[in-house]
Amino acid sequence: MVRVDGSDVDGSLIRVRNLDKTYRRGSEEIHVLQGLNLDVGAGEFVAFMGPSGSGKTTLLNLLGGLDTPSAGSIRVGEDTVTAMSGRRLTGWRARHVGFVFQMYNLIPVLTAFQNVELPLLLTNLSRAERRRHVETALSLMGLSDRMKHYPRQLSGGQEQRVAIARAIVADPTFLLCDEPTGDLDRKSADEILGLISALVSEHGKTVLMVTHDPRAAEWANVILHLEKGALVDSPQGNAGS
Amino acid sequence: MKYLPLIVRNLFRKKTRAFLTLGSIAVALFLFGLLVTVETALSQGVEVAGADRLVVINRVSLIQPLPIAYRDRLLQIPGVTAVTYASWFGGVYQDERNFFPQFAIDPESFLKMYPEYSVPPAQWKTFLGDREGCVVGQATAKRFGWKVGDRIPLRGTIFPGTWEFNLDGIYTGKRPDDDTTQFWFHRKYLEERGPEWFKGYVGWYVVRVDNPDHAVDVVKAIDARFANSAWETHTDTEKAFAASFAKQIGNIRFIILSIGGVVFFTLLLVTGNTMAMAVRERIGELAVLKTVGFTDAGVLGLVLAEALTLALLGGVIGLGLAKAFTLSGDPTGGLLPIFYLAPWKMALGLLLAAMVGVLSGIVPAVTAMRLKIVDALRRV
Repeated sequence: MVRVDGSDVDGSLIRVRNLDKTYRRGSEEIHVLQGLNLDVGAGEFVAFMGPSGSGKTTLLNLLGGLDTPSAGSIRVGEDTVTAMSGRRLTGWRARHVGFVFQMYNLIPVLTAFQNVELPLLLTNLSRAERRRHVETALSLMGLSDRMKHYPRQLSGGQEQRVAIARAIVADPTFLLCDEPTGDLDRKSADEILGLISALVSEHGKTVLMVTHDPRAAEWANVILHLEKGALVDSPQGNAGS
Repeated sequence: MKYLPLIVRNLFRKKTRAFLTLGSIAVALFLFGLLVTVETALSQGVEVAGADRLVVINRVSLIQPLPIAYRDRLLQIPGVTAVTYASWFGGVYQDERNFFPQFAIDPESFLKMYPEYSVPPAQWKTFLGDREGCVVGQATAKRFGWKVGDRIPLRGTIFPGTWEFNLDGIYTGKRPDDDTTQFWFHRKYLEERGPEWFKGYVGWYVVRVDNPDHAVDVVKAIDARFANSAWETHTDTEKAFAASFAKQIGNIRFIILSIGGVVFFTLLLVTGNTMAMAVRERIGELAVLKTVGFTDAGVLGLVLAEALTLALLGGVIGLGLAKAFTLSGDPTGGLLPIFYLAPWKMALGLLLAAMVGVLSGIVPAVTAMRLKIVDALRRV
């Protein structure tokens, strides 16, 4: 279930209401998001599309608690994200959100294993438990034989798979992917999108992905467009499904 | 501990820079180790001086003698419980660079006055019965490879001629910073073979008082006792005597503090610059850490831990090298008889290194802490 009309429906995992984000550049105010509404149910794969500067990444940052809105509210499950700040927000993010970036953003001095282990260092898991979780995440991504490799020893597609393993290793409530295939060739991009799609279909994950690539967006169950600071259904009109 | 791989790997991501910074810290702490060792060596008398001992010298100067007859008169002064005496010999062993202090002593009273020195009883007994005998400190014996039974020739400078001694014993210090470079022989031997002008005289007296709290009164009483005589005295506590001796070289502590201050300030700039660059280069990575759940305080702690690890690692290397250097003994050939780097001074060095680490890391760490994730990710 994905809706953008702001009508209250039961069963939303993510509920966004009247979201505004305004930037100030000198004396000029830039309204990136205006009165944006969104409801996403658990297990959905949503793609956000739109021209550069339309606010796709800003929306993702707000949903992930990386940025604060100028107005409006975001609820995820029972948590009102927009009411949190500081340590509480950081803790919420660590438990509930997995991030995948366009440029992978792996720590170059750590191995694939150590990169994936990073979010688990903040938990109370024992070393053995951390190892088990990391190995599971990396094997899901088909990288069991690359655990000891450093990012520089991996291809772009493999690096992004490590980044996805890092994003899912703590079993977050939902994944936010910002142009996850933007830096990859077609073949690698399809592999990555196939993996993300499998996380949704086989493991019930909820994924929200920003992309400007229509072929990448086709992997999603729902495609939404950002226009004039608000979300609209795709021309195919598959929101509200 | 689980963050250690992250800290260490970040530290050595730019190996050349890390090793250069580490080298700077190690060199600075090596220098610190040597400076405090030299300072200890030059003021060693002050550190190890007995609180209940006074030194009585000729009022004119240390090189003017005092009559041997003063011994009994000193013993009569209230508060004085023991007296011994010694004279500077100033002999040369083979070469003038082979300096070590030689004293003509009264064996019985001398060893009682300095209980911090220890001689095996059998060796001491041999020495007492051997007019040409001598006892040397462990450091000097080791330096020249002397063994008990060796015949040691010294060329006299104050007391002309070649003087030969039988090495009857080797003394050790009960504390690690006790001076074990001295050479003791019988005053009677000097009296017998020495020039006429020195007969009946000694270089200085050492007096033990019944209570260190009475030291000031006893000092006054001694100097008053010999006032207006042909050989007026100047008495001081052993600590004050050693301190005034050390001051003849200059205000060592001030010089060392000045050099140390400059070195540490420079070190602060070098390490601070390294840490600032290290943080600036990985703004994006720090943002990722925050994204996956590291708190602001956690990121601050990570950067500070890196600076601290770098400084402590350099400190351990530098102080370790300094300790190794001091273990090889006095490099000046006798000018610094106690060349010893005490453990508490090494701990002080590590504390200074830790301070450099924290101070150099604090600005970059706060920068990292205040980093806004969205702004930082935009820069990647």
